[in-house]
Amino acid sequence: MAASSSGYYKMLFSLRKYTNKSQSLYLIDTNFVIRTIWTSGSKYQLKPKVQTKSLPQMVGVVGLEIHAQIQSTSKLFSGSHVGFLAPPNSLVSHFDASLPGTLPVLNRRCVEAAVLTGLAFNCTINRKSLFDRKHYFYADMPAGYQITQQRLPIAVDGTLVYSLFEGRRKNQVVTKSVKIKQIQLEQDSGKSLHDNEQSQTLIDLNRAGVGLMELVMEPEMCCGEEAAAAVRELQLILQALGTCQGNMAEGQLRVDANVSVHRPGEPMGVRTEVKNINSVRHMAKAIDYEIQRQMEVLQSGGTVLNETRAFDSKSGNTIPMRDKEGLQDYRFMPEPNLPPLFVYESEASVPAGVDSAQVVVIDRLSAQLPELPSVRRTRLVETYGVLREHSFMLVNEDGLMDYFESVVQMTKVEPRKVIGWVMNELMGNLNLQNRKVSQSPISPCALAELINLVESGHISSSTAKQVFQEMWKAPEKTVGQIVKEQDLWMINDKEELRKICQKIVDRHTEEVQIIRGGNKKVLNKLMGEVQRETKGRTDPVQVKDILEEMIS
Amino acid sequence: MSASSAANAMLGLSIREVSQALRDGRVSATELCKKCINQIQRTHYLNAYITITEEMAMEQAQRADNRLRTGKPLGPLDGIPFSVKDNFCTDNIKTTCASNMLKGYVPPFNATVVQKLLDQGAVLVGKTNLDEFAMGSGSADGVFGPVRNPWSYATQYREQSKEDPDSDWAITGGSSGGSAAAVASLSSFLALGSDTGGSTRNPGSLCGVVALKPSYGLLSRHGLIPLVNSMDVPGIMTRSVHDAATVLRILQGRDERDSTTVQAPDTPPSLPEHFDIRDICVGIPKEYHAPGLSKDILAQWSRVADMFEQAGARVQEVSLPHTQHSIVCYHVLCCCEVASNMARFDGLEYGHRSAVDSSTDAMYATTRHEGFNNVVRRRILSGNYFLLKSNYERYFVKAQQTRRLITEDFKTIFRSGIDVLLTPTTLSDAARYSDFIQEDNRTRSAQEDVFTQPVNMAGLPAVTVPTALSPRGLPIGLQLIGQTLQDWKLLTVAHWIEKQLNFPLVCFHEDSNKRELDHSVRERTHTVGL
Repeated sequence: MAASSSGYYKMLFSLRKYTNKSQSLYLIDTNFVIRTIWTSGSKYQLKPKVQTKSLPQMVGVVGLEIHAQIQSTSKLFSGSHVGFLAPPNSLVSHFDASLPGTLPVLNRRCVEAAVLTGLAFNCTINRKSLFDRKHYFYADMPAGYQITQQRLPIAVDGTLVYSLFEGRRKNQVVTKSVKIKQIQLEQDSGKSLHDNEQSQTLIDLNRAGVGLMELVMEPEMCCGEEAAAAVRELQLILQALGTCQGNMAEGQLRVDANVSVHRPGEPMGVRTEVKNINSVRHMAKAIDYEIQRQMEVLQSGGTVLNETRAFDSKSGNTIPMRDKEGLQDYRFMPEPNLPPLFVYESEASVPAGVDSAQVVVIDRLSAQLPELPSVRRTRLVETYGVLREHSFMLVNEDGLMDYFESVVQMTKVEPRKVIGWVMNELMGNLNLQNRKVSQSPISPCALAELINLVESGHISSSTAKQVFQEMWKAPEKTVGQIVKEQDLWMINDKEELRKICQKIVDRHTEEVQIIRGGNKKVLNKLMGEVQRETKGRTDPVQVKDILEEMIS
Repeated sequence: MSASSAANAMLGLSIREVSQALRDGRVSATELCKKCINQIQRTHYLNAYITITEEMAMEQAQRADNRLRTGKPLGPLDGIPFSVKDNFCTDNIKTTCASNMLKGYVPPFNATVVQKLLDQGAVLVGKTNLDEFAMGSGSADGVFGPVRNPWSYATQYREQSKEDPDSDWAITGGSSGGSAAAVASLSSFLALGSDTGGSTRNPGSLCGVVALKPSYGLLSRHGLIPLVNSMDVPGIMTRSVHDAATVLRILQGRDERDSTTVQAPDTPPSLPEHFDIRDICVGIPKEYHAPGLSKDILAQWSRVADMFEQAGARVQEVSLPHTQHSIVCYHVLCCCEVASNMARFDGLEYGHRSAVDSSTDAMYATTRHEGFNNVVRRRILSGNYFLLKSNYERYFVKAQQTRRLITEDFKTIFRSGIDVLLTPTTLSDAARYSDFIQEDNRTRSAQEDVFTQPVNMAGLPAVTVPTALSPRGLPIGLQLIGQTLQDWKLLTVAHWIEKQLNFPLVCFHEDSNKRELDHSVRERTHTVGL
């Protein structure tokens, strides 16, 4: 729909006053960024405290329902723009406000995003899918129903492959998979902003009608860690596809977890649905807490209620959500204003009289599939010889792979040497300050320069680490400047080195005697002394040669 | 010639004729517009209009005159006054659906069909009365009161009546009664109605005007406040088939704002003047000999069938066995979509909002209670019941299956070589209002829609053509049903009937026009709301 939103904008404002206060409700905790999720071991022991001898141990069963906001310029059924943090009700068309007489017009870009996502998970793409209305009254859903795909979704039967790290050092890669039952297209709702002080609710319809992909996963996971790894992989895939930005804190990816417990071989237990999860780490916590809680309920003779629970990030607990309307009957009905959605296998299968540029063609989208994270990791291992676990870090950390590849291109050293710098120095410092790769004060170019100086023997590798820290603190300075200012150039002058070594030998007569007596190990102590004397500005091989020559 | 009959002379013309008069300079668009406005005032007691857009209309007419003077009219509708049922959105003009829920609601956009007419230079004189949210078949269930049939103020009816004109008058039928009355009473040359189960054809028939329900998808529903999305079609009301064809040609076609619209088939500029009726095969569905069919209607039906036969057309009895289930099937589907479509009226974004604000739920409940009449509320309740998970298969799914069978019946007949079906439009001529309100809305709708509704189920085009006056002096119309997207062929046949019949224009009984202006009507007649 091309209609301008201004008319409605005015109208809504005449009904509802927005205080500046409501703006603050938008503030989100952007500091909360998940990094090494595969090392976030489960905090809770997934073992019942009291074990019954004859019965097998209870296990958790986890299924996820994920709402992924489609990355598109306009909404699913209207022409209004999609944007986060725009002024309230500035992105609302007549249709989004459900003005009577308006009709939905399907956005082809959203369909393409869903098909592309379906293809990435090896789903069967339904050539024909249907839209339905799901009814319930909620202030931020102005039509009184949501248009979704209940009967025949756009994609079904896919698989998400993800990896976990096991073993004591969390370096054994274990690959698992979970079935994706379906991907359906549906509308997002608006937002209700509750102003408790003035006891009123303000409605922002900017999000109303934004396209969502709902991905329903089969309950095939067993704990928070698995779910976290699966969601992280999903995020990466969606981001690689460009179909969803995947930021949980901004609500672009919303995860509800269905959790139950049972003993293997027995029927599934009663499940609860855990909502209000706004990060991968919280999700893992929430799931593990919920599994533990359900086990304890059952072991103390209680029953698990089929209910919706909210995760409270402060306490790390899940608490029952105020049940607003009891059991909902959504009164599903086919959406009469949208004809069946057809997608075509290839250009050739588009029927005559239909403009193939106006329809969704699977072949065309398959050709657009980008390199997916799993392929990318394999390529990293094969091309650069990095360890498999390092390939995960490179791919999973936003921007890290590009950083790594840039450094590799600008140095002549083996990629395996670069990986150490990237994993230890770069990531160590970033993690310490909770920064993203894009916020690194040291550019790939600067790091490459530093590595090259080590490689050419201009500075020692221990000095380089010191220089790295200086570069971190003073990103405006070049590597050369720092090395020069702090006088860290390598001492390559043989005569100077001999003088320093002589000084050390003279100072340690006792040790020299021991070495001469045959205990060569003590030579290391002398080498350490030389290093200390020169603040690491020497090449250990050279120093060793000189010392041996002097002592022998 | 009196002043009023002189006005009639111009107002009683067809669009084709008055368009020629405009081009010839025999009348200006502003004069014509003023005449229509005066006619609206003179016939205010009919209660045909909810809003009169005089100021805006005069401005539009002025612009039309500028074009006509320079010999550059936009088309056959330039300068032609028209009216629109008040369930089509009109930009900056109140659109009420004759409901408290939308009293004072001013849409920010025009319905596509309205926009198309405006783009052709047609002059919007007002928004017409209806049953609340188009739910009804009498135009007697709107918040602005019932619409009166112009023919019950014509000489023949009044001379037979021994009662006061304010107590003895006939309904217009509905739900587009205001539009039908507007065209019949000569205050609009063209009016838009909407047709979900017969809402354009029923009042068209009872008011003696041509009323076309086009094929589903041929006209855009964008801006039509929905009743049943899968059956709603904008309807066209005129005083001649030729005019209806002219308007159809302008309104038809795909609209990117309505995904259910289709590309219009190629349409010649006007209906053929010479057309051989002997090529046509007319079907007479035997199931349409329904209980309650009045002898006057039956007589007209036979008369026209004979006329076809005598002119050499093939006339053949056909069977539509599932038609009998149409009423109950329609009831279920209609209620379900109504329940769904009405969910948006919650008092938040637009429309009526109750003063009760103890909680959001309480606000919803009282808003909807205050905003909707009993008819609407009952349909919402039934619809929600039919859609419950446990009932869905039993009601909605069954009704959809039945709908397919009804559609198949028509397809079978048309495949067998039938070109059009000839049927009654209504069971009888227009009921007296006092009789009509004895029954409740649901019963009346069920009775009245029996001939019209199956067409909506199947998405077919149908047109009612006025045939004669009943002994009471009220119009009788007959319906022609065509194949999907063969609207033009349908109108060609309708045009042929029209030429054989020579149906008269209304001629008001002299007392009728001397009635005093009703204040409640006057208060409503300002151009723009808010």
